[in-house]
Formats: sequence, C-alpha cells, structure tokens
Amino acid sequence: MLEILTSILVRTVVAGTPLLLGTMGEVVTERAGILNLGIEGMMSFGAVTGFIVTFTTGNPWLGMMAAIIAGALISLIHAFVTVSLRANQVVSGLALTMLGIGLSGLWGKPYIGRPLSVKMHAIEIPFLSKIPILGKVLFYQDAYFYLSVGLGILVWFVMKHTKVGITVRSVGENPKAAETMGINVTMVKYLCVMIGGAFAGMAGAHLSTAYSKSWIEGMTSGRGWIVIALTIFALWEPSKAFIGAYVFGGIFVIQYVLQPLGISPNLLAMLPYLTTLGVLLFYGLSSKGQRKMSAPATLGEPYIRGSR
Amino acid sequence: MSFVIIPREKATPLLNFMILISSLCAGLLAVGIVFLLKGVNPFFAIHEIFRASFGSFFGFKETLTKAVPLILIGSGLALAYKAKFWNIGAESQLLVGAIFGTWIGLNWGPSLPGFIILPLMFAGGFIGGGLWGLLPAIFKIKFGINEVISTLMLNYIAAEFVKFLVVGPWKGKTKYGYPYTDDLPAQAVLQHMGNSRVSLVLIILAVCVALFLAFLVFRTRFGYEIRVIGENPEAARYAGINFFRTTLIMMFIGGGVAGLAGVGELSSIHLHLSYPETISAGYGFTAIIVAWLGRLHPGFTIFSGLFFAGIIVGGDAIQMSMGMPATTVNVFNGLILIFLIMGDFFINHKVRYQRRVS
Repeated sequence: MLEILTSILVRTVVAGTPLLLGTMGEVVTERAGILNLGIEGMMSFGAVTGFIVTFTTGNPWLGMMAAIIAGALISLIHAFVTVSLRANQVVSGLALTMLGIGLSGLWGKPYIGRPLSVKMHAIEIPFLSKIPILGKVLFYQDAYFYLSVGLGILVWFVMKHTKVGITVRSVGENPKAAETMGINVTMVKYLCVMIGGAFAGMAGAHLSTAYSKSWIEGMTSGRGWIVIALTIFALWEPSKAFIGAYVFGGIFVIQYVLQPLGISPNLLAMLPYLTTLGVLLFYGLSSKGQRKMSAPATLGEPYIRGSR
Repeated sequence: MSFVIIPREKATPLLNFMILISSLCAGLLAVGIVFLLKGVNPFFAIHEIFRASFGSFFGFKETLTKAVPLILIGSGLALAYKAKFWNIGAESQLLVGAIFGTWIGLNWGPSLPGFIILPLMFAGGFIGGGLWGLLPAIFKIKFGINEVISTLMLNYIAAEFVKFLVVGPWKGKTKYGYPYTDDLPAQAVLQHMGNSRVSLVLIILAVCVALFLAFLVFRTRFGYEIRVIGENPEAARYAGINFFRTTLIMMFIGGGVAGLAGVGELSSIHLHLSYPETISAGYGFTAIIVAWLGRLHPGFTIFSGLFFAGIIVGGDAIQMSMGMPATTVNVFNGLILIFLIMGDFFINHKVRYQRRVS
C-alpha cells in the first residue's frame, strides 16, 4: 500500500514539473501585461529541440539548454507582433501555437520511433532520499524537478521581494506611470515574454528527454493550455502556482491509477480538461471579484507610448 | 531621421486589400524560408501546392469539397470574433454536430425517405453544435471564464467522447473491430456530382450560410449589437445591449454552423462516425485564419475558405510526394496568420519617414 502511494506521489511530482515550469513563465509574462496563448506551441518546439539536441549529442543537459533558447527565440515573434506592432494578443498567441506545433512536426519527423539512448536520469540526494515516502518523492528525482522548484522559488522571490519584480508588475499594472519613472516598458515586456518562452521550452524538453525519451507529435497534449488556466487559478502568484501544478500533475496520474477499475480510458483521459473547467467554474462562483483584483490591470492591452 | 507612427482613422478598401495581399505574400515568403531550411526548393514546393489544389480539375474538386466546412465554420467564427468572443472550439462544435447527425441518421434513417432524414440530420447537427457552443458563452458571461480556455477544454472533452463512442457503445456491428459506427443508410447519404466527392447541396448550403451571416452582421439590429459589443463594450452597456442574450444567440449560431459542417462531412464523405482526427482535419482551427483572412466579414469567408481549402489539398499532395508530415499545414497556418495580424498594424497606423530637424 505504502509503495503504491509512494509511486503515485513520485509520478504526480514528475507530471507536475512541466506544468510548474510553464506556469512560472506565464506568470512572469502576464505580470508584464502580455497574454501569451502560445505556450502549447513553444512547449512543443522546446520538446522537439531538446530531443534532437539530446539525440545528436547524447547529452540531455545540452538538450535542456537548447530547448530553453529555442523557447525564448520563438516567443520573440509574439513579443514583436504584440509589443512593437500592438497586434491582438489572443490571435498572435494562437498563431504561435500553430507555428510551434507545425515546426516541431516538420523538424521532428525523422526522429519519430527512435528513442534516446540516454535520458535525464534521477539524482539521489544522500541521506535525504532515505526518508520514508518523501525521500523518494522529493529527493530522488531528475534535474528538471530540482531546477523547477529552485526556479519557482527564485521567480517567487524576485517578483515579491525585489525591485525587478516591482518593475515588472508596474509595467503590467500601469505602463504609463512606469514609463515616467524611467522604466523602458518595451524592453521589460520583451524580456518577460522571452522568459515565458524559455520556461515553456524547458517544460517541453522535460517531456521529451526526462518524462519520456522519445518524440511523438502532439506529446504536449494540451498541457500548454492547462498552464494558462493554472496561471489564473494561481491568481498570478508564483507561490500558488506550486499548488496548482502538483494538483494537476496528480490528475494526470489518477487516470492511470483508475484504469484497472474498468472505466473507459477515453473517459478517464477527459479528467484533466474536465477538472480545469470545473475548477474555473468553482472559481467563477466564489471569487470573481478577487480575480479581477489580482489580474494585471493592462493584461492583453497594447501599450502605446505617449498616448493618454 | 526617424519613423513616426500615427494612428489611421479609416483605411480605404483599396489600401485594405493591398495590405491583405502583401501580408499573404510575405506569409508565403516566410513559408518558403522554412522549406529552404528543410532543404526543399521553396518555389517548387509552393508551386506544387497550388498546382495540386487549383491547377487541375481533379484537384479543384477536392478543394471545393474541403472549402465547404471551412466556409461554414469560418463565417460562424467571423460572427463571434466581431464581438471579440474568441471561440477556438469550432473543432468540437463540429464533432458534436456529427454526433447528433449520426444518431439521427442511424436511428431514424432506415424508416424515413431522404428528403426528410437529411434535413433532420442537419437540423440535429445545428442544434448539437449550437448547444455545445452555448456552454462557453454561459461560462464567460455568468462565471467570468476566459472563452479561449473553455472552448479548448471542450475540444479535448468532445474528442475523447467521440473516441469513447466509436470504440464503445456505438461501435458498429458490421465493422469487425474497427473504431467506426455502422454506415448511414443510403437515404441519409448526400449525392455527389459525377465522378467526385463534391456535393452540390453542401456548396449551396455553405454559400447561403455565409451570405446570410453577412446579412445578419451588417444589416440587422442583432448584427449591430454584436459589432458594438466588439468595438466598444462600454458603449454597449450604456446602450442597454443585453450581453448575455446577444452572446448566447451568436454562439448558438456559430456553434450550429460548425455542427452543420460536421453533418456535411459525415453524410457526404465518411458515412460513419470514426476517430475525431478523421472526421475533422483540423477544420475548426484552420477556419480561424479563414475568418481572419476574410477580415471578419462572413461573406468574404467564401473566398478565404476556398483559398485555405487549396492550401490543405496542396499540403496533402506535397506531404505525399515530398514526405512532409501532416503538420506542415500548421506551419502555413501559423505563419500566414502572423503576417495577417502584422498587416493589421499598417491598416490601423500610418508610418511616416521623417528627417530630424537639427
């Protein structure tokens, strides 16, 4: 029994890792007032880049680096179109998703059905990993897990307790005022979009080089969209993103736990999406006001310099 | 010297059109660069795409077939996007329409003549897609849920439900292990023209729907309300426009026409319900760009739908002849959409080159 519980928790944490990474990135992007719906595409692009680089070099760390860079680079398209050209952020994000999925399908095709010989392996933390249950869950995971937690704490700290965090938030809340304070609004927005892209790329590489060790088209299977929902659940707070990511990680795992009970796998596969809707509905009933207060004030609006 | 950007009040139709064509060309150029990086001669690839879709009679018949769902869905999306309601869920509105159509066709088809059963199936598909489209509208207005997320989640849910049906309770008795329902009875199948898969009824339906929706948007009070909600929600509130009612009607129609597309695919092409990727080749997503390229004018989606149907047919052709994966079409869609919204900048702004005065 204890072993089953441990295994469920271990898989929950693994499944939650890409969600945590993606959500942290989107929180930063949206805090600067830019809605990026292209997570699914950037994740997919990161997954294929990470996979190809790991495949050719045999080094999953290089794969991770490449995926981070790839995610940041492809997000530049969104930054340019929405910040510099003031285009509709919803449509631009959708276009980025299509492009990301299309490009990864195109570049990844020769690698379908060719698994990696090495993947990101688990690192055992001495002594701590011997703690019952928690040791296996928290201290015997691959590098993505440790990095995602570390980066998550870093994002929380920077956003909450540093001048950089205040700068980013002021750009999302009131760009006009930020500009008068001498902040380069355009640059902050560009950088925050790229940070979001980098996180999404890293999340993708986790899927293709750690979670599994092969590239399959459509392997992100809606995680990018769940990330966008998680950003709302978290009320744009990095600390709350941790809870959301692992809860949804758990829901991905529960599907497989319930399968032996004879429930149709197709109906179980609906669970993450039904839960997302369910939680949003619950939120809608309970905290419409609070959510309005928490959302960055200029989220989704183009900023025009010198306008009134 | 520097560039100054001035907002433009209203672009002339000619300028609008020129910018549209330039954006399209720039998008195709970008697609060409992607082909080049892949080691494929871009001129050859793009030439192949258009030759396969518009260059031969056989190809054009396929293009017409695929234009039907794109025009139906695209004109419905144009309606929603006019009100800035970002419905991304046409894919599943199509599927739910197909589910309703299948049920009616299989259960009532054998005992009814064609001229009754087919209209019943289309009516059922319209209601099914429309009801599925109502959900995100209710979620948005009553619960404040972002419609992009809810429509996407509904897409995944409906797709899994279709899979559940075709491998489970609705699995055909005559299909020996395949994930299909039984075939529709003969009277529930649409006739094709000559030696093709083109259904004249469907083409007329698609064109009529697009023209009717254009009339609705630009010539009726309801359409006026939709436009005010999209352009100036504050003013809409002051004018006493009922957001909830207008959004509900708009999404019932938008989802309904996607449902019609679903029944069309079912009764003309597939003849049974099967896996969601088979029933809809991403029409719900491609139609987003169809709506955008048609400048959110439901009538113009007739042309943009035909254009993108050509891209799908051509994409399929080079996929087979050059070994490109099916998602190549996504690269096309994504790049063209990006360049189209970039073009909007030049429609909404004037860029002047100015010498700095020293």
